[in-house]
Amino acid sequence: MKGPIWIERLYERCSGCRRCEIACSLLHEGRIWPEASRIRVFMLIPGVEVPHLCFQCEDYPCVKACPFEALSINSETGAVNVDESKCNACGLCIKACPAKVPHMHPMKNHVIICDLCGGRPRCVETCTEGRWNALRVTSRERDFSYKSLAKTPEELTRKVAEKLYGKEIAREVYE
Amino acid sequence: MRGYAGKFLEIDLSSGAIKELKFSEKILVDYIGGRGLATKILWDRLGSRWEKVDPLGPENILLVLTGPLTGYAPGTKICISGKSPQSNGVIGSTVAGEFGVDLKCAGYDGLIITGEAEKPSYIFICDNHVEIKDAKAIWGKKARESLKYLVKKSIEDIKTIKQNYGEVKEPSILYVGPAGENRTRVAAVMAKYTHGAGYGGYGGVMGSKKLKAIVVKGFGPLPEVHDLDTVLQFFREISKRNFELEHFRRFGTGAGGYYHGAVQSSEPIRNWQEEWHNRDSYRPEEFDKFWVKKYWGDFGCAITCLKLAVLRDGKFKGAICDNPDYENQAYVGTNLGIFSPEDNIYLSYIINELGMCGIQGGAVLGFAAELYEKGILSEKDLEGIKPEWGDTEAFAALAEKIAYRQGIGDILAEGVYRAARKISKIKGIDVSKYAVHVKGVAVGAHGVRSGKDDVAQDIGYACSVQAGDHTSAASLPPDRDSPAPGELRAMFLDSAVLCMFTTTLPFFKLEDNEIFRFYEAVTGYNLSREEWYNEKALRILHLQRTMLLLGGPDACWRPETDDDNPPRFWEPLPSGPCKGKTLDRKKFEENRLNYYRSVGWDERGIPKPETLEKLGLHEVIAKLKEVGYID
Repeated sequence: MKGPIWIERLYERCSGCRRCEIACSLLHEGRIWPEASRIRVFMLIPGVEVPHLCFQCEDYPCVKACPFEALSINSETGAVNVDESKCNACGLCIKACPAKVPHMHPMKNHVIICDLCGGRPRCVETCTEGRWNALRVTSRERDFSYKSLAKTPEELTRKVAEKLYGKEIAREVYE
Repeated sequence: MRGYAGKFLEIDLSSGAIKELKFSEKILVDYIGGRGLATKILWDRLGSRWEKVDPLGPENILLVLTGPLTGYAPGTKICISGKSPQSNGVIGSTVAGEFGVDLKCAGYDGLIITGEAEKPSYIFICDNHVEIKDAKAIWGKKARESLKYLVKKSIEDIKTIKQNYGEVKEPSILYVGPAGENRTRVAAVMAKYTHGAGYGGYGGVMGSKKLKAIVVKGFGPLPEVHDLDTVLQFFREISKRNFELEHFRRFGTGAGGYYHGAVQSSEPIRNWQEEWHNRDSYRPEEFDKFWVKKYWGDFGCAITCLKLAVLRDGKFKGAICDNPDYENQAYVGTNLGIFSPEDNIYLSYIINELGMCGIQGGAVLGFAAELYEKGILSEKDLEGIKPEWGDTEAFAALAEKIAYRQGIGDILAEGVYRAARKISKIKGIDVSKYAVHVKGVAVGAHGVRSGKDDVAQDIGYACSVQAGDHTSAASLPPDRDSPAPGELRAMFLDSAVLCMFTTTLPFFKLEDNEIFRFYEAVTGYNLSREEWYNEKALRILHLQRTMLLLGGPDACWRPETDDDNPPRFWEPLPSGPCKGKTLDRKKFEENRLNYYRSVGWDERGIPKPETLEKLGLHEVIAKLKEVGYID
């Protein structure tokens, strides 16, 4: 796929296998390390598994919020790149993110954000290979607000739970 | 040894003392982890006075152990063990979920939990922060409410430890429901809404320790492995083969509710009075109607054979359950005369909410229903409940009574074997023939009379050191790897702690040489097939056998009478294409003797001194002499 890409997520299809976390951490850390994965599957309610990763908002509030110029936009893929040497783990990007996506590296002093694996996201590959298709690579389209999709794990959980379990049950098991 | 986090946590609930401990490389090489290591720990700590240890008393030890392969093989399990309140021996009971991965990522290979808390408590682990917390807010609560509280509370607690981290993911949680809190012997150690380690009855052990839950969050990586490239090659290879299992992935074990009945005549129906049915209402697609997730699994799983079923309307509205999986389709379905998916989903949900094992709970419900059918238990005995076959609401009501030990529930909470003993005494009639169990453990939903079910041969349950556990059936030859692998292979899976479904099924498996190479790639230890089957597995088997025979304090098994099938399995099948079939007593006894010989037991089923000597189990010889099993 040429040009900027986006990772489409169909939450109801997520099996909760977390192989995306395995693939991501293997590529970025050389280890199986769920907490260091740039995509994290939240399971705030059993059965409601929500893969959570950067939404690449059109106005990139995280990039703007960084006082150290540690975050930049990759011109090829559209991903947010973290310059680990400049990041001092202040957390302002997390506060600025409407979906609260970035999180600290569990052992190092910098934030981690999905870098789209340079254009070939391994999370999507593993999800496709297993035919779950909860994640898909799409090209990044114009005239569409990706930021409008950016929701926190709690907000997404609520939405997906209502879809899977119905409003009443969702309220009972979560609120 | 690679693949291990390198340390274990010992938590004494009586004193609140928490300490780290390590095992020598020799112990890890010999006993691996999970079930093998549990057996070793229990023997070392309790072996000398095993028969006096009350499984539901403070002296029992609850073990929660990973294995070296946990997290590296697709599909993750954790092994729960201790002295079993069902068999009075040792059972390695596994449950799926991320718990094993979180525990290893927190830096621990396992938990050794001793003593008894003064008040309801739960253990909270966030990396090296380990705390015993008050469980007052959730004691008495069922699954959904308990989990809701624990997830929210634990995320807050983790956020205070990991400040400025960003959003915190939920920790992994093992817990008990009311059935465990009230020390029933049919309680499971639960994970998520639907997963349970049921065999062994360790939910009751947690309850006896006033331990409501164990919460763990690990921020580190999985431990280093010996050869990552090879590990990943196996991971990919296993996944590739799993991906090819189109129908197993599509329907999971839930195709079994129809298949094991209609095709194999091996499904429990009305307390095992029959094993054949061909009800269209129980075909896989009838369950599919209720699925909101068609592929559901746990960490690393390639099959994701679980389904998530929800009843969004109708009289059982609000129920959430998995498929249900086959064991629940059978035990809280056909075994109770229930042939409707909706009713089966509802009853599975009730059982899960109560934290009850579907097999042990379903077995005792079926047992009670047959006693009611035969007029032995009256409506008065059952306090107004009329458990007629197929009456889902009656069974749900009875299950509640069991979980809370109310009225007749207090007796049934003891499981089929002990309930039969008590009821026989009260009623003055021998009802043991209606109790379908082996050594206190209700057998899996795979009958042996038709000879068509691969899971267990005629000696499968009778000779297993895990008694009725269908995931660990004894086999001839003991190292059988086809069609269904035998107990010694199951023991490897339960010790290295990995999922049976992704690596070992009758119709698909990783060959022995492959699985041991996988183990070597993780640990760096070159384990040959011979070394496993002729030495290490036998050592664990003999220790498990010894503790099973020692038993006590409330029951003791004799091989001549208890290495046997339940009485019902000797009755001819009354219906279906296998009508009239049953087991051949002579053949069974021959096979049993053959099995004894093959694993190094004498003709009475007692481990031979020379076998024990060869395996280096000298203290076992002394113990068996002490109790008079060997001269």
